[in-house]
Formats: sequence, C-alpha cells, structure tokens
Amino acid sequence: MSGPPNEETAPQPTGIVERLVRDDVDRKRFLKLAGSAGAASFGAFVLAACGSSSSSKTAATTAATTSTSASTGTGDVAIVNYALTLEYLETEFYEKVIQAGLFKGKVGSLIKDFGAQELTHVEALKGTVTKLGGTPVTKPEGKFPIENANQVAELAYTVENLGAAAYLGQAANIQNAEVLAAALAIHSVEARHAATLGTLVKKSITPDGAFAKPADMSTVLAAVKPFLA
Amino acid sequence: MAQTTEQPVDSLDPGLGEIEIKGMTRSSFILRGALAAGGLYGLGAVTPFVSAALTETGGGDVEILNFALTLEYLESDFYNVKGTSVGLSGTAKGYAKLFGEEEADHVNALSAVIKQMGATPVAKPTFVFPVTSQSSFLSLASVLENTGVGAYNGAAPSLKSKEVLAAAGGIVQIEARHAAAIDLLIGKSPTPNQGFDRPLTKAQVLAAAGPLIKK
Repeated sequence: MSGPPNEETAPQPTGIVERLVRDDVDRKRFLKLAGSAGAASFGAFVLAACGSSSSSKTAATTAATTSTSASTGTGDVAIVNYALTLEYLETEFYEKVIQAGLFKGKVGSLIKDFGAQELTHVEALKGTVTKLGGTPVTKPEGKFPIENANQVAELAYTVENLGAAAYLGQAANIQNAEVLAAALAIHSVEARHAATLGTLVKKSITPDGAFAKPADMSTVLAAVKPFLA
Repeated sequence: MAQTTEQPVDSLDPGLGEIEIKGMTRSSFILRGALAAGGLYGLGAVTPFVSAALTETGGGDVEILNFALTLEYLESDFYNVKGTSVGLSGTAKGYAKLFGEEEADHVNALSAVIKQMGATPVAKPTFVFPVTSQSSFLSLASVLENTGVGAYNGAAPSLKSKEVLAAAGGIVQIEARHAAAIDLLIGKSPTPNQGFDRPLTKAQVLAAAGPLIKK
C-alpha cells in the first residue's frame, strides 16, 4: 500500500460521495443508515451502495475488503473521502479563479496561496485514505460561476465557511486519533481562509458568533450540489 | 486609520494593504519535504504535525478544559481590559471589542462545561501584558490567537468526551478566524503554518503564554 495513489482511470467505489451529492435517494438512504447506528453504518452503506451499483465488481470487492479490514473503520475512510471531495472542489474553484485573473497584487497572492493550500489538503487526504486501506474518491468535475472579483470573493467566503463547518461536523465522528489531528490541522486553516475572505468582502469574520456551528454531511452535500458539473 | 500599523484591509481590490506572505515555516517545510519525497502521502505526510499532538499526556478532559480556560481568561482580559486601556482606534478597536466578547463567551462556556463534569473551574489568574501601543497590542494579539489555535489543535485528540471535542472544535475555529483577521491587519500571512496548522504541546503553549501570567 506504499505506492502512489491510483490515477483516476479505473472504476472506483468511492465516487459514492459524489453520487450522494447528486442522488437524493442515495442521500436519504445514507442518512437513514448513518443516523440509525452511527459510524459503523458508513461501512454498511458503502457495501450497499456498491452492491447495487452496476458499475464495477472490483468496486464492491474493494469496499468489502475495506470494511472488514481495519479497526480504524470504514467510518474514517468515508469521512476522509468526503473531505477529499470537498477539497477537490475547493482546489478546482481556486484554479478557475486564478485562471480568470480577477485578482491582482496582494489579494491575488492570497488567493494563490489559499489554492495551493487546498491542493496540499487534497494530497494529504488522498494519501490518508490509501493508508487507511481505502480507495480515494475520484476527482469530481466542478462548475463554478465566475463573473467578477466581488462575486467570486463572496463565493469563496461561502465555500470556505462551508468547508470549515464540514470539518467541524465530522470531528467527533473520526475514530483514529491521527486522522482527527490531521482534520483539525486542516479545519483551522479553512477557518483562516474564511475569515480572510470575510474581511475582503466586508462580511463577518465570525458569522456564527463565538461558537462555530458544525454542518452535517447532508447539509454540506446539498450545498455543494450546484457546483458539480 | 490614525495608526500607521493599520492596514486598509476593508477594500477588495488594489486598496488592500501590504500583506506580506511569509516564507515557509518549519512545519510547512517538513510537509513539503515529505510530499516531495514521493510516495509519502497521507498520514506519513502529516505525521510531523500530528506527532506533537499525540505526545500530549492525557490528564483527562477536565485538566485539558482548565488549561483551555486559563488561555481564554488570558485572551478575554487582554481584549477587554488591556484593549480598553491601551487606547485603540479604527479596525483594531472594533476587533478588540468583538473578539473580547467572544473570548468572554468561551470563558463562560468552558467554566460551565467543567462544572457540568462535576469539577471546579480554575480561578482566573492575574495577567500582565507588555503592551503600550496599538502596534504592540496587535502583535501580542497575533501571538495569543495563533497560540490558542495550536493549543486546541494539540489537545483536542486527547479529549475523551465527544461532546467536549465538538465544543473545543467550535471554539478553535473562532480562534483561527481571530488569528487570521489580526494577522491580515498587521501585514502578516493569515496562514502562518500554510495548509496545516501546527498543534502545540502544553509546554509550547506555556512558553508563549506563561510570561503573561503573573500569578
């Protein structure tokens, strides 16, 4: 398992998060499972989803192996893959924004910095999934409305706030202490991005007040749905 | 805008003040090195960060919460007492008021949680802040907020209670937001640790905050 992560060629079971985003039925089923029995249900869901998929026997096999393998649990793999999907989208968003050349000077530097940091999150999370014995999700294809600097900065503020809330929403579900520490290290960086963008668009640095609110998976997945091509 | 240390961060385009993007910190150097080494993705890559967090010796949730409470007392006093007496203006004044309210909320919340757990919240220490100007106030604010982020991130994986962990997460996110806003205001990078905030050990936190605690 020490090799580099697979490229996005083979069918992979972990388009599941993406499918959850797209498919209301899958999402509801997922939520029912997740809600009923906590983290262990992630594994059950992964198996169920793969079993019903027409795409790939390999996928189902991989998922089965994963779910039975480690005490770190499929729960963590599912959570990290969920985070990876969000980081992929953030990375692509910043790439598109930078390509559009809407920001110059110091703001431009910040945007580039943030984009580069999201990419390091992608790399770290991909590797984490592999280390946990799972298969990293495929990179989703995003679509983002990119019109002008102000609109983009507002969107970035929204996206980063959502990202921070998404990590916060999973912290207590993570089983493995190392995965938790990594998630926390990323979580506060998302918060820094959000606050910085807040100052740029003259919105609140702390929109939730003194205690940041978590967002659960269903809320986050519904919110990112419009950004999937 | 009276102070020269203030940066006009409140305009979107060219008006944004000088924001120096600092060079790589030690931790980001480690990460990049790990990534560049090839095949060392994932846990391997972040291990330099998490190892510090995981060497935290338990002591139990109450001890961690009381340590956090001490830091929150410190931040609250800093903004609410020193922030008033030092004479701030403009954005700095607004930040001190807002952040001071939020740190006071953290003090109250942590005290309540400790009591709920059947324990006694630590008493508020007396603090001394070597601050005489808006500029030195903001510099220390940056240190305190960034230390707060590292302290929570370092201690959180040791928490036994999931409820306490969730609460700590809700607080550390606010510390990170404060840190970024302050750093931006004084022309520092809002992400001093690049993509991964560095967890701090209790000893590292005390090295930063200890000299401010009089008794």
